[in-house]
Amino acid sequence: MWAGVLVASLSCYALKLAGLSLPQRWLQDPRLQRTVPLIPVALLASLVATQTFSTGRHLVLDVRAAALVVAVVAVVLRAPFLVVVAVAAATAALLRALQL
Amino acid sequence: MFTGASQFALVGVVGAGGSVWAGALAAALLGSRNALYGIRLSSLLNVRGWRRFATSQFVIDETTAMAIARDETSLSRYAFWATGIALFLFWNTGTLIGALATHALSNPKVLGLDAAPPAAFLALLAPRLRAREPLAIAFAAAVVAIAVLPFVPAGVPLLIVAVLVTLFGVLRK
Repeated sequence: MWAGVLVASLSCYALKLAGLSLPQRWLQDPRLQRTVPLIPVALLASLVATQTFSTGRHLVLDVRAAALVVAVVAVVLRAPFLVVVAVAAATAALLRALQL
Repeated sequence: MFTGASQFALVGVVGAGGSVWAGALAAALLGSRNALYGIRLSSLLNVRGWRRFATSQFVIDETTAMAIARDETSLSRYAFWATGIALFLFWNTGTLIGALATHALSNPKVLGLDAAPPAAFLALLAPRLRAREPLAIAFAAAVVAIAVLPFVPAGVPLLIVAVLVTLFGVLRK
């Protein structure tokens, strides 16, 4: 477990160091410039989807979906990060308390 | 590890029952964008030699955004370091509190805390969706991740999506 955390930490650090160290010409390669910004978009979207609609390897639809809808509304209204997270958690907690 | 989305992703994959290595790979892939920030920052900060090793750790979304928003180089450097050091202290203090306080929570679900990570990822994603293409990619990625999820180990859907989006970026005209 900690080996994985350590490797991930070192990788993330190495990528930052590479950004400041590698020849600028390499980093300005148009294909790299096009592709790298897409990776966080795709991965974050996947994380939103999988963490909302699954438990383990089962697809489920529960109060987390309602919480996500509320989070989307908060994001569209440009709420700050912590507010988005808080209203989503509060929605899930409230719906569970009401036993929906 | 000082780059929030990667930290959340690693925890998310492991928390969903995935292997720590799948989580580590997802974290590293999410951290790849920090390398591109170096393009803007290396000329702005002009760091050389050993100082580059210390500076690197502070290259993240927030410090880059604050640094490149300034018109003067000296203000840019000040913004980079002020943002970086403040975030580094508060972020890691928060992580420590979280790590120590988990025992105090008997059932995180009652507080809706299982709905918090997707909302956090959504909030991190939203600023990147201001054009049509990233929006389409986000939806496609979500659909692919959900579609493959029942058939592969936890964490692997993320890696499949990462491979597909990389192929898309490299191969498209």
